[in-house]
Amino acid sequence: MGGQLRLQPRTEQKLVQLFMYLMTSIAVLVLVFILVVILRNGLPQLSLEFLTHNPADMGREGGILSTIVATIFLTFIALLVATPLGVGTAIYLTEYTVESRVTRIIRFGAECLAGIPSIIFGLFGFILFVNKLRFGWSILSGGLTLAFMVLPTIIRTSEEAIKAVPSAYRLVSFSLGSTRWQTVTRVVLPSAIPGIVTGVILSIGRSIGETAAVIFTAGSALRMPNSLFSSSRTMSVHFYILAKEGVSMPKAYGTAAVLVISILVINIVTYYLMEKYIKRKS
Amino acid sequence: MTKLEKNDRLVKLSLLVIALSAISVLAIITVFIFEQGTPIMFRYGLKSFLLGQDWYPSEKSFGLLPMIVGSLMVTLGALLIGVPLGLASAIFLTEFSHRRLTRILKPVIELLAGIPSVVYGFIGLMFLVPFIRNNFGGPGLSVLAASLILGIMILPTVISIAIDSIRAVPDSYREGSIALGATRWQTVRMVVLPAARSGIIAGIILGMGRAIGETMAVIMVAGNAADIPGSILAPVRTLTSNIALEMAYASGEHREALFATGVILFVIIMILNTIANVTSTRQRKK
Repeated sequence: MGGQLRLQPRTEQKLVQLFMYLMTSIAVLVLVFILVVILRNGLPQLSLEFLTHNPADMGREGGILSTIVATIFLTFIALLVATPLGVGTAIYLTEYTVESRVTRIIRFGAECLAGIPSIIFGLFGFILFVNKLRFGWSILSGGLTLAFMVLPTIIRTSEEAIKAVPSAYRLVSFSLGSTRWQTVTRVVLPSAIPGIVTGVILSIGRSIGETAAVIFTAGSALRMPNSLFSSSRTMSVHFYILAKEGVSMPKAYGTAAVLVISILVINIVTYYLMEKYIKRKS
Repeated sequence: MTKLEKNDRLVKLSLLVIALSAISVLAIITVFIFEQGTPIMFRYGLKSFLLGQDWYPSEKSFGLLPMIVGSLMVTLGALLIGVPLGLASAIFLTEFSHRRLTRILKPVIELLAGIPSVVYGFIGLMFLVPFIRNNFGGPGLSVLAASLILGIMILPTVISIAIDSIRAVPDSYREGSIALGATRWQTVRMVVLPAARSGIIAGIILGMGRAIGETMAVIMVAGNAADIPGSILAPVRTLTSNIALEMAYASGEHREALFATGVILFVIIMILNTIANVTSTRQRKK
């Protein structure tokens, strides 16, 4: 490529460095721009009233209380189901077996699951939970669908947290005569808890922001959910409908700000926990 | 003591059951999507689905070619934008910038990966679409808008995986190259990048999977006309948007055809996952 016009290696390096500096600035600026736009337009909409009143007139008036409640319920169900499954799988993979075909299949399966687009989870949840099991559009259907979606994240982070526990801990415990299960519950898990919590928090963030998988399983009814079987609209679905159908841009910005702030807070906490507990040990 | 050991064996068995049920989720999803989607494909013929150009569900015409082409176009566009930006940022942050700058920027980029896709779509709708309409013509809702938004959305994925694989290249490689008189850039181009290649490719493929699978952001900026786009300024409909747009009111064969769309999407994603998995294991083995 550089056949005809051969630059001095030093000049070439300077040019490349400048180019990369520009590219990095573009990438970072675009991402930061999105954040700034949402916060600058959204923060003025926020008030105690916005957070404590239900939407009125299809979301043109009022606040977003019912959508916050729906989001919390859905996320709670998702984690209630996914955490035991995910942590159990991680314990099995790390403590109870050696690398074999079975573990490779389980890992590959988890990785595939992580790559499946959320709309496919939505289709699946719609057929299994909404239709076949007759849960209808409900908090339960949406929560279970999300549980399947966040499962791979919980498996992966728990596995990493458990692996980061020094093997000396286990050896000491065995040498004192404990069984494997005693070692797992009294030695390994207590030191791996912060890492496992990290995975759970990360999944909370994903559940809050998810739209495609939720809109076909939890529905989009605007009233306050009162049972596991009531159809309800989460914050992200509410935001999508407000913005896509042009219902109310100020309310859309306000909802987006609440969404983005909660997810950022969650991610910052996760990042801090990861730095502190996982990376240092390994 | 024997009682404890018996308990332990019981625990191991139940953990295995848990692990297998976690994985059977994948099997259940596959079975359900295929069970709902494949019968109609064979009833009307695979060819009419994959190569048919007309999507008129009410007249029983289920050609998915415009959506398949649409998905490929926006994904390719996303890669054209996301990969150079992402790779350059990753190289800059690992090889050229100050350590302190990297320590600030890497977490910032990773945090932004958590911004929900609807928010990206909304920003695209508010800023990008009018910009394209006013400066380049067309409706603004277009292949170009969708590609740009997706390109930005895959940035965090591409950057953080590329950074990890560049960092995994041993420092002795760099020292050897610099000792031979190479500049930093020569070292990066001839030593570091080739060594980090498979990890970087795996990151790109994962980003590609994210772009193909993305739904809400694309719906908001792509215009969603079910025709093969004639230019990058024309509206486009992807496989994912096809499902999401019509699922709410579809029934009967129409709904089955949407599941068939899901089957095609699922197959594409699985192929990409397998490729990513194989390439990244190859690097780990090295």
